[in-house]
Amino acid sequence: MHVVYSLGDRIFRRIVTAGAVTSLLVLALIGLFLFARGVEIFRDMGTKFVTGTNWTAGSEDGVLPAEFSIGPMLAGTIVTSLIALFFAVPLSIAGALYIEFFAPSKIKSTLVSMLDLAAAIPSLFFGLWGVQVFSSMGERWAALTSNYLGWFPLFKNELDIFGRSPFIAGLVLAAMIVPIITSVSREVYSRTPRELVDSCYALGGTRWGAIRAVVLPYGRSGVVGGAMLGLGRALGETVAVYLLLNLVFKYNFNILESEGGNIASLIATKFGEATPYELKALLAAGFVLFLLTLTVNMAATAVVQRTAKAQS
Amino acid sequence: MSTTSDLAIHVVDATPTQPWHKPRVEQRRDALVYLALAVVAYAIVMVSGVAGPDGFALVFFIEVLLLTIFRSRGIGKAKSTNAIVSTVIGAGAVVAFAPWMSIFFSLITKGFQGLYFGFLVRDMRVTTPDDELNMGGIGHAIIGSMLMVLIATIITLPLGILSGVYLTEVRGRLTRVVRFVIQSMSGVPSIVAGLFIYTTVISVTGSFSGFAGALALSVLMLPTVARTAEEVLKLVPEDLRAASYALGARQWRSSLMVVLPTVRSGLTTAAILGVARVVGETAPLILTALSNNAFKFNPFDGPIASMPMYVFGMLQIGTEYSLNRAWSGSLVLMLIVLALFVTARRLGGKDKR
Repeated sequence: MHVVYSLGDRIFRRIVTAGAVTSLLVLALIGLFLFARGVEIFRDMGTKFVTGTNWTAGSEDGVLPAEFSIGPMLAGTIVTSLIALFFAVPLSIAGALYIEFFAPSKIKSTLVSMLDLAAAIPSLFFGLWGVQVFSSMGERWAALTSNYLGWFPLFKNELDIFGRSPFIAGLVLAAMIVPIITSVSREVYSRTPRELVDSCYALGGTRWGAIRAVVLPYGRSGVVGGAMLGLGRALGETVAVYLLLNLVFKYNFNILESEGGNIASLIATKFGEATPYELKALLAAGFVLFLLTLTVNMAATAVVQRTAKAQS
Repeated sequence: MSTTSDLAIHVVDATPTQPWHKPRVEQRRDALVYLALAVVAYAIVMVSGVAGPDGFALVFFIEVLLLTIFRSRGIGKAKSTNAIVSTVIGAGAVVAFAPWMSIFFSLITKGFQGLYFGFLVRDMRVTTPDDELNMGGIGHAIIGSMLMVLIATIITLPLGILSGVYLTEVRGRLTRVVRFVIQSMSGVPSIVAGLFIYTTVISVTGSFSGFAGALALSVLMLPTVARTAEEVLKLVPEDLRAASYALGARQWRSSLMVVLPTVRSGLTTAAILGVARVVGETAPLILTALSNNAFKFNPFDGPIASMPMYVFGMLQIGTEYSLNRAWSGSLVLMLIVLALFVTARRLGGKDKR
């Protein structure tokens, strides 16, 4: 069908398109600018930027060369986020199932709106809460884990100091992303065709039977999408990790030891007193983080949009 | 039933039963059982090495689980699995909801101490973070946050609405790309948005400013506004557009004068949700607006305070009074987010009617 637009329409469509394209451009510009500013570092450091172990601005006279590598921080980003996902996903599924299928109908709508509000809690509050309220509890759990499972390398801790570790930061990140994953999962579960669930009951199935046979398979890809959205947030979190993790620049896979960091908290920490060259390195680090989260988010978006389309 | 006459008809009062509801007696018995279990759990926590509210919760959960397993003997495998899994899911949900319940609770209990009227209208010009709690306040931070959020809204709202209109009305060639990019953009880490504005604005102008902070917030706000705008525009019935075309309206007139006005409150909701999304952002402001201690009304004039940066700063100082201030500032910020949410919900309800 060929539509002929009037002059007014053409102008209108131009303006609206320009507005939408500006939104596109913002994203492109973020990537472009960070890359343009950081490219010098990529050229100087090569692959060592991702695989190396040092972050030193070097001495001013150039005797000690500057060396920038985000390797340990990249590892820290992934470690804390995986810990967060490990705890958040099962809890979120339980939370979503509870709200959708178990909660008394009286409190269901209250829970849903509280969940919305919880998803809007600024991450700063999770940091504040983590430092002031949660850490003492988390440290006790960490000490217990190390007592009984310390023989396993992942839980090794030789210093007996348990605060500000990737484990605790990961747990707080988990608390932070639970509302997002829960609300995405709940929405997917709520779209399960009613008649399928009812026919399970009609065949004499129990509630759990219906959930296992119909709801969980039906919502699986939606939950995966929600988990990836949560992962994207955990990967890019700055303040909570900054407040809850000792920034020590080395690879640390003993999650109970109090050292680690992530890229975002590295940027926030080093930003204030960075030399011009180091600043470029931070921008390059920002670019890597941008790519990482963008990839995760695009995948999540693709998954969520595909399931939404398949289900509607 | 009398036995005097064999002819007497046995009359049975038919009281309605609701087999799917537990009878009152059983409910009361359950409540008692749970209370008893709680007491036992408390005793175990007191006596043994298990400690704290988490220890109590764990012991209580194990007790309830054992009780469920015990009760579900001999009712068939499917039913007993159902009972056990239900208990586990309930416990999982409690753990999932516990952190933010705890955050709300701590905000209220800890934030309440430092709260007094002056807290909302005074600044920190002559007050140090260690001063008594009846001095100083976050007035300057509230003003700073308002300025930045206002500028961000002015920048974002038109762009967000245009994107929404593009996705629902114009539906050009880029529709899928725009929708996909906007969705992905909502995942851009806030610190990256700050870095972006730092490289493009601050390294050019040479000074931190509230305006730069507002630009960074705009980047984060845009996806929320655009998505919400698209959602509300989608709710406009196709008949309305068809009717306006039938009356001879061109697309631009029907969009501007029929479609957009019908979703006015929905678009306000979009703006409010955008504001709620960014008002608590800290990371981008560390790189763009920083903070200060006195009232400032000019967003172009150097560093400017904001509520999240106030809390962040107080938290880092870490003394008793400064921590109190951090909690009080957080409480005020959370109440603002809450108010925004309630308003958005009210408005959102309006359009549907």
